[in-house]
Amino acid sequence: MNRFLAIVPAHNEVGAVAATVAEIRGSAPDFDVLVIDDGSSDGTAAAAEAAGARVVRLPFNLGIGGAVQCGYLFAERGGYEVAVQVDGDGQHDPRDIPRLLSALRADPNSDIVTGSRFLASRAGEGHRSTAYRRLGIALFARIVSWLTHQRVTDPTSGYRMTDRRAIELFARDYPTDYPEVEAIVLAHKHSIRTSEIAVCMRPRTSGRSKISTSVSLYYLVKVLLAVLAGSLRGRRHLERGVVSESTR
Amino acid sequence: MTAYQLGLSVAHTAQTTATLQRVAVVLFAVVGFALVFELVRRRALMERYALLWLLAAVLLVVLAIWRGLLTSISRDLHIYTPVNALFAAGFVFVTALLLHFSIVISRLSEESKTLAQRLALLDERVEQIERAGSGGRGARRRAGER
Repeated sequence: MNRFLAIVPAHNEVGAVAATVAEIRGSAPDFDVLVIDDGSSDGTAAAAEAAGARVVRLPFNLGIGGAVQCGYLFAERGGYEVAVQVDGDGQHDPRDIPRLLSALRADPNSDIVTGSRFLASRAGEGHRSTAYRRLGIALFARIVSWLTHQRVTDPTSGYRMTDRRAIELFARDYPTDYPEVEAIVLAHKHSIRTSEIAVCMRPRTSGRSKISTSVSLYYLVKVLLAVLAGSLRGRRHLERGVVSESTR
Repeated sequence: MTAYQLGLSVAHTAQTTATLQRVAVVLFAVVGFALVFELVRRRALMERYALLWLLAAVLLVVLAIWRGLLTSISRDLHIYTPVNALFAAGFVFVTALLLHFSIVISRLSEESKTLAQRLALLDERVEQIERAGSGGRGARRRAGER
């Protein structure tokens, strides 16, 4: 068994999940691939299994937060040292996984490395979101940077690699819906440090964004509330250097 | 009909109406009480949630029968019209109840999320074990159970 795990949340992604699994196995052969089938009604689980992934089938749809957390629970229990989240819809290019891994290892202070679409070196390349959406992301970037006292350019990116400490934290506590922004603030509260590297995202090959224009205002307000409440919540389960009992 | 007689009959009608209203309120409360009790009997409603509703029904009956209570309470609270005191109390009660339910729903979703995750992980593990020992006695027995 490998020490590295790729967590692929997928909800009705039968058109893309097999290719994503195959690409991960091709680009990052050291990673076990775990697909979390988030209550799909199509053949997502079977397609992922046929492509060689291990598949955890949630009995009903939990949403991205619950699905990803299930992956972290799997990683925590399986003793994995590193986990990377790769969306099942083909947006994240698995060829970036080795770069994320070397960035995670190069900086001993960083427990989470996020693939950012907006870092200067590669900004403007790849698939671009709508202007409206980018404005929202810029707002979150400002707030998260301010709250965590460091520069965060892409807080909504779900393309993340985490080390063992972050795996343990997220297995225990992970935001429910629209979790990416909140997760950074949560990690910061546990003195888990994050960094970013530049990646290009591709247009999704199947499914559609959960964040339609009509719910984007709800998204904005909900995440703002969660981030502010989260930053005022003194939950510290994990201290640096303390091995949690669940590790055993 | 003299003005005096007219006045008397209006007063009489108003009093009858008030009595009828009170009877209606008591009936309403009794039906509500019975409904909640029946729901508890059928195990469709947990006792802890039923108690609040039963209490509300009892309060309603007390207020309908004991004429001066609402009037004196609202006078003490400097509320000019007694019925406004009733509305205010009802509003606060319903709002508090709704907040309580929101809290309960949040806890339930959190718990069902955890259950779904644990179940999915267990399911996958069982499948792995079955596959590893396929053909073994244990695996077949488990497969038969599912």
